[in-house]
Amino acid sequence: MAQLLYFGKLGDLAGQTSEDIALPRGIDNSAALRRWLDGKLKADGAFLELSVKICINDEMCHEPCPVCDEDKIAFLPPVGGG
Amino acid sequence: MLLISADAFEPAHALSEFKERVAGAGAIVTFSGAVRADANNQSVHQLFLQDYPPLTAAGVSEAMARAEKHWPLLGLSVRHRIGAINVGETIVFVAAASRHRRAAFEAADFLMDFLKTEAMFWKKEISDQGEAWIEPRNDDYADRERWNHIAH
Repeated sequence: MAQLLYFGKLGDLAGQTSEDIALPRGIDNSAALRRWLDGKLKADGAFLELSVKICINDEMCHEPCPVCDEDKIAFLPPVGGG
Repeated sequence: MLLISADAFEPAHALSEFKERVAGAGAIVTFSGAVRADANNQSVHQLFLQDYPPLTAAGVSEAMARAEKHWPLLGLSVRHRIGAINVGETIVFVAAASRHRRAAFEAADFLMDFLKTEAMFWKKEISDQGEAWIEPRNDDYADRERWNHIAH
């Protein structure tokens, strides 16, 4: 199972901040994962936005990058604290 | 020192602790940011801050190390709230100490621009009109550009 983490507005869209999920056959890279998740969550393109970065196993991903069921995959919309 | 916590704190207390740590420093600059009661003509009730442990702390620590490498500092402190934060409460506190004022001013300014635009925090505003995730303004990104020369 892959662990998916949703931050900021993506957590609201997903209805949760994390979930464990078995990646379907063929979802083996970040681009395919974005498209699949966006459709699954009816996110209307939110997961396809270039401003959304992906972090795999706590390392920023230089896309497209491979993903697998053992990965912890975080979706990071634009940040801003302070 | 870096502290990311859901616990409320008083900036005056944070300053008092910092002053003890940097006893003898000639210059101390502090910034504290609090939750505004209004935004875009709406009445704000609360902010909600989310982080990504451990990456948020690692990123802020790296920025603090950049500051310490670039300026002759005698100490740095960053405190940042996460979770639900009420109007008037402090979200962020930055303190920098140096022998003379310029280094402390610039280091605190640099760290605030980093926290506003690059640190891994996500900020939701809860107002009369509902809830909205807040992204940095163009001015925030422009402010950050001032520090491109600071080595990583």
